[in-house]
Amino acid sequence: MKYVEEYRDQALAHRLLGEIHAIVTRPWSLMEVCGGQTHTIVRQGIDDLLPSQVRMIHGPGCPVCVTPLELVDKACAIAAMPGVVFTSYGDMLRVPGSHTDLLSLKARGADVRVVYSPMDAVRIAIDEPDHQVVFFAVGFETTAPANAMAVVQAQRLGLKNFSVLVSHVLVPPAMTALLDDPDCGINAFLAAGHVCAVMGWREYEPIAAKYQVPIVVTGFEPLDLLEGILMCVRQLEGGRAEVENQYIRAVRRDGNPHAQDVIADVFQVSDRTWRGVGSIPGSGLALAPAYAGFDAETRFAVGDIVTTEHASCIAGAILRGVKVPLDCPAYGVSCTPRAPLGAPMVSSEGTCAAFYNSGRTREQPAVLHLTDNAGTRG
Amino acid sequence: MCLGIPGRVTTVTEDAGLPMGVVDFGGARRTVCLSYTPEVEVGDYVVVHVGFAISRLDEAEALRTLEIIALMPGAMDQEIGPGPIDEAAVRTS
Repeated sequence: MKYVEEYRDQALAHRLLGEIHAIVTRPWSLMEVCGGQTHTIVRQGIDDLLPSQVRMIHGPGCPVCVTPLELVDKACAIAAMPGVVFTSYGDMLRVPGSHTDLLSLKARGADVRVVYSPMDAVRIAIDEPDHQVVFFAVGFETTAPANAMAVVQAQRLGLKNFSVLVSHVLVPPAMTALLDDPDCGINAFLAAGHVCAVMGWREYEPIAAKYQVPIVVTGFEPLDLLEGILMCVRQLEGGRAEVENQYIRAVRRDGNPHAQDVIADVFQVSDRTWRGVGSIPGSGLALAPAYAGFDAETRFAVGDIVTTEHASCIAGAILRGVKVPLDCPAYGVSCTPRAPLGAPMVSSEGTCAAFYNSGRTREQPAVLHLTDNAGTRG
Repeated sequence: MCLGIPGRVTTVTEDAGLPMGVVDFGGARRTVCLSYTPEVEVGDYVVVHVGFAISRLDEAEALRTLEIIALMPGAMDQEIGPGPIDEAAVRTS
């Protein structure tokens, strides 16, 4: 497929690897923020092919993983109500709540449906006026334009039976929260290419300047990631800390202004709790007052939610990049993608699932194979 | 979840007041909302995420990225042999 296969060329990948090996002189730790990038790095074994001085830290950029437990529990409570059609991206269905998950509720008879686009949820609301249709609006800035447009369209059409359970998160505040941690060992970031396709990279310029960290907007194919890593190492070795754009074919400095306008209309910035990480000020989006009528949290009273994480799950440390899945005693033993204890084992973009699905064990190193990665993520 | 797939716009239409289009992903075709990329025309490539085109792909920049990588000195060529398909990779498929 065009714009995919060309960026998986093995010979060109080795040129980039050769250049990284040639210029690195000191140890550097790079964090890829986006779970889609984690998926490619782990799947293709890119981290194991880098020079020993270059360490990849896998960041908190899996929206499924960071959706707060309280919201997952609320989703389950609403989905269990009679007359509700609960719609969600497929990845959220197996995310463990305190007591159950959406897929288990569906198996017990709840009307839980997977949608490919939020507009599919709007369509269900049009077609089934006797049902209350709720859409679980999770995601980063990449997904916010689509989720916002679903709300705009519901208002245009006067739909009284459509609402959204919102758990949107924003990347830059999470990056600064990581950098503010005194134990932070991150020297540079690969910024998420599709987040920046929407938002551009102006917001990252003050972060690079204040914390003196290179930030390279990076795509999702193996060549994109290797070039992004090379650009980070070049900056670090040269003593620079700038925002650069590797993903030139898809990202412009100002991003997508049409999408930003609709996001700004429908949502407002709010504080948000990140599962496993904690509360980060200004790191989320909530419905703006003009669209408050579409808020599922106020439409459905679900009572007090008391959340309980699984005691042996170390998802928080993994999401902060402090630990890797191989550090976890439950990994691959009591926690697998079929029976996940924590959210990072659920989504393919979660670090634990990426490790597990690539056969990573303490004894099994990764290998480079560039042809069987479906689509680009982010 | 944040799958973003490049595809080629084959038709541009309108539905319920929204600009829509059909996008071809290497053979699979899907209807996609074009609200956020009103400038695209039939034949353009876009990145599609959850049913919305979020960015138009710049073909010249896509080629330039590959050309820059192909011109790198290839320090590992001696170990793995010369890259056999550099020119083919730079050409678009």
